Amino acid sequence: MSKEGDSLVRVEDLKIYFPIRSGIVIERHIGDIKAVDGVSFEIKRGETLGLVGESGCGKTTVGRALLRLYDPTEGRIFFEDKDIATLSGKELRQLRRRMQMIFQDPYSSLNPRQNVGNIVSEPLKVHGIGGRNVEVQVRELLGTVGLPKGSANRYPHEFSGGQRQRIGLARALALSPDLIVADEPVSALDVSIQAQIVNLLEEMQEEFALTYLFIAHDLAVVRHISDRIAVMYLGRIVEVAPSAKLYENPLHPYTKALLSAVPIPDPVVEEKRERILLSGDLPSPANPPSGCRFHTRCPFRQQERCDDEVPELRPLADGQVVACHYAEEIQAGAIKPRLTSATEVPVVAAG
Amino acid sequence: MSLLSVRDLEVKFVTRRATVHAVSGISFDLDAGETLGIVGESGCGKSVSSLAMLGILPKPAGRVTGGEVIFEDQDLLKLPDWQLRSIRGQDVAMIFQDPMTSLNPVLTIGRQLTESLRKHLDMDRKDAEEEAIRLLFRVGIPSATDRLGDYPHQFSGGMRQRVMIAMAISCKPKILIADEPTTALDVTIQAQILEVLKQLVAEENMALILITHDLGVVAGVCGRTIVMYAGRFVEAASTKELFARPRHPYTLGLLKSVPRLDAARKDKLEPIDGVPRDLTKLFEGCAFAPRCAYATEESRERRPELVETDAPGHFVACWNPVPDADLPRIETIPVPTAREAAG
Repeated sequence: MSKEGDSLVRVEDLKIYFPIRSGIVIERHIGDIKAVDGVSFEIKRGETLGLVGESGCGKTTVGRALLRLYDPTEGRIFFEDKDIATLSGKELRQLRRRMQMIFQDPYSSLNPRQNVGNIVSEPLKVHGIGGRNVEVQVRELLGTVGLPKGSANRYPHEFSGGQRQRIGLARALALSPDLIVADEPVSALDVSIQAQIVNLLEEMQEEFALTYLFIAHDLAVVRHISDRIAVMYLGRIVEVAPSAKLYENPLHPYTKALLSAVPIPDPVVEEKRERILLSGDLPSPANPPSGCRFHTRCPFRQQERCDDEVPELRPLADGQVVACHYAEEIQAGAIKPRLTSATEVPVVAAG
Repeated sequence: MSLLSVRDLEVKFVTRRATVHAVSGISFDLDAGETLGIVGESGCGKSVSSLAMLGILPKPAGRVTGGEVIFEDQDLLKLPDWQLRSIRGQDVAMIFQDPMTSLNPVLTIGRQLTESLRKHLDMDRKDAEEEAIRLLFRVGIPSATDRLGDYPHQFSGGMRQRVMIAMAISCKPKILIADEPTTALDVTIQAQILEVLKQLVAEENMALILITHDLGVVAGVCGRTIVMYAGRFVEAASTKELFARPRHPYTLGLLKSVPRLDAARKDKLEPIDGVPRDLTKLFEGCAFAPRCAYATEESRERRPELVETDAPGHFVACWNPVPDADLPRIETIPVPTAREAAG
């Protein structure tokens, strides 16, 4: 048994490209969607790493790649010491037992024609463990995630969204995994139910010594549950920081903009907040901008380096890494955000 | 005299299997230029009430079974369809959550934008097109002239929502109803859209009803907020008062169950136990009582009405309002203010 604190997952320069094909009979390869383009990070044993970013930034693709649901185009993914990217057959199956996933949509991620008992016991059967005790195990699991007695014989449609998410979690816990990739596990739920599931995830982590990769777009939830947070933009990680630090001291301009856009449920705070509004939309990942990918929307963009030189992730303040050429200057206030026309103002006071 | 005045509005959905009591008697007034937020979770009746006001409930199940909606001395609920149609889109406009399904995919943006201008304002094609370009520019769509001939699929989600807003404001409505206008969008795009809405309200003296489940959005945009639960209003106050002194246990529960981005310490979230009320069944007492920590015998037997608290303009429907001692006290990290950023 390894100690807490060493790395459970290590990703090195991961690239996942989805080919774009054209033509009817003979499909020509005309380009790639660069969903993930050179991502490196590690997840320590027992920690929760939050992965945030807007839709299309590649965060889900990274999560699925960790379970080898996609074959990486390039790069390596280490689970303990084994490179998942090159494993196959029996070895891969054995490793998969130790990593599970929970999904965003509690309606489409459970088979409507199977009862809850079957859904939760399926991983046990697939991996040939449990034997005669399966029923007992399933009942225990369902109890652990807070489902009422007798749930095993009922069907998914009889449960509410929050309860279904509990079923999904019970299924993920069945094989007592080390790593759970949670892909937007609470975004489809109402706020009062969200809190129930967030708390349950935290309890389960403590009870079963789980490691989470928590993927979500809701920064407040991610900040609440994560130890460290990685921010993604257009296929690359732009900043990694301890979650306590991220809000206080964001270093990358994109992180600053993202944080300032999250509404805070307090009208007094909202009134005096500084808001960095980004102009325009996310560029296409098929043809990402040169240099720093954020330069087309960055309010701090400079004449030099930003357009043509790709910034690498580099350590800055304690525990924080950032991919921005001018992070220090922005931090020191030497570079000011630029202002544009009224409808595209990058910086305005809210209210 | 308020611009819009809703009294005891009641909506039911009648199907062969059951009757859903979606909205059970809501009343409110809206003044010109006011921003009103209606918050609540899915199924609380917040969208249904706005659809009912405009006479666009899904037929045949949806029925308005009582109440009145007074706009400029007319009861909208009693108007014949042809008269209501001239008000809808012109005086009262609405934008929806999903801009893809609300735009017609086979017509160009220009065609859809000019339609209401030509119909309601009797413009000719050339004037309407010029006005459409002005509107698109107004909501922040770059190179608007070139984009009139584009179809909805050629726009991104945020741009489509801007087109929807342009369309909604094209006839200078007195009231704009926005039903979850940013729920389908990313936060940075949400911030852009909310900024556009705020500017429009300020500059055009338009009243805004913003329907959302997101307390943060309400806090940033609305002057007054109403909280809705199980088809009824449970609390109404100015937004600042509501967030500082939530008196209804449900409002307090909502505030305590969302993590705050600026929280200084990590406190455990306090979810609201249980599930929302099944609205197909009639019940006595307060709808929230089964989930409420403050509930008493009285709450379970008699339904509380909205009454004004000791703070003027703050209404709550509760027999045992949250006492001062239980109000949320959250330690927060101070936010960087706009002035600091400029200096």
